[in-house]
Amino acid sequence: MARSNKPMLWLPFAGGGLVAALIIPVLILITGVLVPLGVLHLRYETIAAFAHNPLGKLIVLGAVALPAWHAAHRLRMTAHDLGLGSGIAIKAACYGTAWLLILAAAGALIAV
Amino acid sequence: MSRRPYIRKVERNWWIRQPRYISYMIRELTSLFVGLYCALLAVGLVRLAQGPAAWDGFVAAFSSPLGVTFQLACLAFAIYHSVTWFALTPKAMPLRMKGEPVPGIVIVGAHYAAWAVVSIVVLIGAGM
Amino acid sequence: MSETITLEVLRYHPETDSEPHFQRYVVPYRDDWVVLDALNHIKDNLDATLSYRWSCHMAVCGSCGMTINGEPKLSCHSFLRDYRGKVVRVEPLDHFPIERDLVIVMDSFMEKLGSVKPWLIPKVEKPLSAGEYLQSPGQMQVFHQYTQCINCLLCYAACPQIGLNEDFVGPAALALAHRYNLDSRDGGRDARAEVVASNEGIWECTFVGACSEVCPKHVDPAAAIQQTKISASVGWLKDLLTPGAHR
Ligand code: SF4
Ligand code: FES
Repeated sequence: MARSNKPMLWLPFAGGGLVAALIIPVLILITGVLVPLGVLHLRYETIAAFAHNPLGKLIVLGAVALPAWHAAHRLRMTAHDLGLGSGIAIKAACYGTAWLLILAAAGALIAV
Repeated sequence: MSRRPYIRKVERNWWIRQPRYISYMIRELTSLFVGLYCALLAVGLVRLAQGPAAWDGFVAAFSSPLGVTFQLACLAFAIYHSVTWFALTPKAMPLRMKGEPVPGIVIVGAHYAAWAVVSIVVLIGAGM
Repeated sequence: MSETITLEVLRYHPETDSEPHFQRYVVPYRDDWVVLDALNHIKDNLDATLSYRWSCHMAVCGSCGMTINGEPKLSCHSFLRDYRGKVVRVEPLDHFPIERDLVIVMDSFMEKLGSVKPWLIPKVEKPLSAGEYLQSPGQMQVFHQYTQCINCLLCYAACPQIGLNEDFVGPAALALAHRYNLDSRDGGRDARAEVVASNEGIWECTFVGACSEVCPKHVDPAAAIQQTKISASVGWLKDLLTPGAHR
């Protein structure tokens, strides 16, 4: 046996779990409840201005990338729990999707 | 005496057998909804980069009945994730101050306080 | 007639049975009896062929672990009064091969336990003449809870990851490794990490937490494993940032 490189997958999972716990509920509250109810308006100018700021870009990327990784890693473990195996296909599906979201978000943040 | 140990198989649906396994499985499945909502956020960023018209279309889409229903499901699971995550923090990160262990409730409470602060800051930021 | 209670016990005889089956016994109900007393009553009065392990009858030796109505329990610590009016179903601990009746094969655990080097590995060996390795009560308090394990294996029976991967080192062994890692007299963290922080070690754990819920000694192996994940990750990061400095 040898020491594992799992921390590479686990550290962003754990960090993402914390970030998701802190920020995802309020984001859903805004986009899923307050905006549809008309209580809050997400104006293009406000959001674009935030995403133009370098620190804003970093915060937004963190709020998307870390929870996405958290979700991918946990889903991979759950697939194993459900007896769906732990082969390359599961890994590719979970981490691959996360990378897709992260790269899409990063690309958009650069372009904006 | 001959030995012939009998090996019992683990059933695929092992997690249905006990309430504690079921709540574990629900906790793990929160990640599906966290992931789906991240996808919504990523799409939103792409639409944002495409300009005001695309952004307004995105806002209209997630405000539709279908969008709201989907997000309410996400919200329920996201809150379940937050609550279960915070509840386990004292086990993963026990603290000691002046040699004495800090009570778990203090560590959990600090996380709830952080949750409140982050939520308020985001709400204020979005409302501007 | 005085009150009775029914036990439904899983039987398996390796020489005559192809698979286990349940057998019912009706025993006297007594408020102060535990399930182990009922089994002893069966063995002494009803059926001398029933096999099971026990020794201390006081939650110390760790040998009487069984599955009682689906839950891993010490049978000497499970009162009949908690099952009054119900049938008590007694099975061997989950996730272990059945040797006979309620007796499990625990060789795999003994191997895992040894593999984490659960003994003091001093930072610097000193000769006997140099005296004891001293430790303050405060330093002992840090790991005391993890010394309480009685190797009853309830946590292995409760852990789904043991069921899914029999090579997973598992809760009790990892908790004991953590106990020595936390000891101020110990310098063996690196040596233990080869097993503890391997793929079959802490990383198989998904923090179900069932081990800690069933542990009769409040060892909290789940906490030990999560803390080890964090310290192993910190070590991994250090290795990454300062190549060659470590090991
Ligand atoms: S950690 Fe607890 S449940 Fe596991 S073997 Fe030790 S005493 Fe038993
Ligand atoms: S008989 Fe010793 S722990 Fe139960």
